[in-house]
Amino acid sequence: MIEGLRAIWPFIPGLLRASLINIELLLALIVVGFVVGTVVALLQVYGGRFLGTLARIYEWIFRSIPALVLLFLFYYGPPRFGLDISSFAAATLALGFRSSAYQSQIFRGAILTTPTGQMMAARSMGMSRVRAIVTIVLPQAFRLSIPGWTNEFSSVVKDTTLAYAVGFNEVMRSARIIMDSAYELAMLAFIAVALVFLVLTYAGNAAMGGVERKFRIPGLQMPGSGAKDHGR
Amino acid sequence: MVFKWEWVGKLAEGLPLTLEITFTCIAIGIVLGVLLALARVYGNRPLRAVCGVYIQFFRGTPLLVQLFMIYFGLPNWGIKLSPFISGILALGLNTAAYQAEYFRGAIQAVRGGQLLAARSLGMSLPQAIRYVILPQAFRLVLPSWSNEFILMLKYSSIVFTIALLDLMGQGKRLASRNFRFFEVFIVVALFYLALVFVVTQILRLIERRVRIPGLGTEGEAR
Amino acid sequence: MNTLLRVEDIHKCYGKERVLTGVSFEMMKGDTKVIIGPSGTGKSTLLRCINRLTPADKGRVWLEDEEITHTRTNINRIRAQIGFVFQDFNLFSHLTALGNVRIAPTKVKGMKKAEATRLAMEELERVGLADKAGAYPAELSGGQQQRVSIARALAMSPKLILFDEPTSALDPELIGEVLDVMISLAKEGMTMLVVTHEMGFARAVADEIIFMERGIIVEHGPPAQLFSSPKHRRTGEFLHKITELYGETV
Repeated sequence: MIEGLRAIWPFIPGLLRASLINIELLLALIVVGFVVGTVVALLQVYGGRFLGTLARIYEWIFRSIPALVLLFLFYYGPPRFGLDISSFAAATLALGFRSSAYQSQIFRGAILTTPTGQMMAARSMGMSRVRAIVTIVLPQAFRLSIPGWTNEFSSVVKDTTLAYAVGFNEVMRSARIIMDSAYELAMLAFIAVALVFLVLTYAGNAAMGGVERKFRIPGLQMPGSGAKDHGR
Repeated sequence: MVFKWEWVGKLAEGLPLTLEITFTCIAIGIVLGVLLALARVYGNRPLRAVCGVYIQFFRGTPLLVQLFMIYFGLPNWGIKLSPFISGILALGLNTAAYQAEYFRGAIQAVRGGQLLAARSLGMSLPQAIRYVILPQAFRLVLPSWSNEFILMLKYSSIVFTIALLDLMGQGKRLASRNFRFFEVFIVVALFYLALVFVVTQILRLIERRVRIPGLGTEGEAR
Repeated sequence: MNTLLRVEDIHKCYGKERVLTGVSFEMMKGDTKVIIGPSGTGKSTLLRCINRLTPADKGRVWLEDEEITHTRTNINRIRAQIGFVFQDFNLFSHLTALGNVRIAPTKVKGMKKAEATRLAMEELERVGLADKAGAYPAELSGGQQQRVSIARALAMSPKLILFDEPTSALDPELIGEVLDVMISLAKEGMTMLVVTHEMGFARAVADEIIFMERGIIVEHGPPAQLFSSPKHRRTGEFLHKITELYGETV
């Protein structure tokens, strides 16, 4: 056992550096998910029948197709149409659009929870629909969504390892390299990765808890947000 | 872009394995999950702690890591498992951790007064759990389990990384031969969409059959 | 022994708070006793100590010759002989009214299903709800739920039934139907220990009223005596107040 620890020690810094890449991917995909998710949610609530239905179909598609399949589609798709795409970009888009489907649900729930009476009050003051949405509904909806988002964050951090399947150079790949050079270190390598994620998850939850607390508005709460724990 | 009809047949060969893996791992997950939940609610301190550690581990680490630990790591300790067993073990242990939490929530949602009433009638604690708590907990947890089933259906695709020929594995194999990755995986995606759709409808039907007025998903538990 | 229930020197603390201090009394077969007192004086706790849903810190309880509080006693067997009616009914949500009444005789006493069903229907008949046998608790009113819960207790043919504020959670119009059932039970000779504010009920059928305050029994005696010439001033005050507030619902 001690032998193993000594043998694997030199690989650890490389492993840790690789996990930074996972974090990069996580941030990138969350941003994509946020932007697209917000648009989709707005379309579903305010977009009228046609756009609303389109948005709903979009959501259904990106929630029903496995993450791995999406990764393949985004990795091999663009070259088919003559576009060059890095595996980082492919992974960001694939996982990002997927996350947007879940985030749109969170945001939509938040928008719908904002009492409609406030919208009426805003309109009766002469505000245009768009203005009312932007100044009254959205700020509250954003605040309400925070718990859901922090949940999404911790769900999806583990999914970044799936990018390994399209040759992305992140922590799983790093562990495989260790394994390929010294097979007897396989278990230790993966235990190391597991530990990295346990720390990330724990730290992430603590940070998210802090964020939630900072932005909490007394009296503003949402009943059970979106799909929990959909990331593995 | 060219699509070929014969692909459907080739890909469909992976369906039985996908379904087999999904059903098996969910079955493992239910049995183990219920046991873990019961241990966490009614067990003594050491038991609760051990189960807690298990749940924290399998929820806090990626599924891919768990799969590789079992398939590539265990041989280091002298345990060599086939890809199939590794796959269902990893998926099963993983889903069990999540299901344990859902089931624990369901158990705790059954109002405590009913347990008191059961005991006041002379039922022993095991009897009260079996005849009063569990029947209600099983109904309350159904939506979460349905969700989990669909999730495992999608994540079963992960086993292609250890060379299993499920739907995803067949897709990779086919695409590696004709180099039409994008087109092949569009078809794979359609397959999964169809699967998810059908399974969702079936699960909804089951939920409706088992419903009891007043023992709803929203009502009772709050 | 003639005594059906004997409670001796019960003490109970919740943390620093003394909820029951040295409570003792006896009940004969067929007695109906009503416990009254200000909220939080440990009345409910006392009932729960009797069938050990809450363990007492000190003191003993006997059901006929068996000591309930003894550690070696099989508490489930004792509880099967004592009925308990809760303030919140606590019906089993996943079972119909019939299912609720039938489950204990089946699972605890080992009765065959057909016989238990017959018995359950009898008890539902007795509380006036035979036509609701197939309804789920969520489909019944509060008063109906409480009556089912009484039927559920009766189905075990208990030697004694404990009632913990059975009407406090009910809307005013529904109280009457539950009290009617309780009154007919008392008249039929059931041994009952009832914690309640319903003075009309006490006046009608109680053999004795026990007045408790701050965890001790202040005074006890037949209703007429306590109402007309109580030994303690507090007793009179309290009786007066709740009769004012709750009136005579019977």
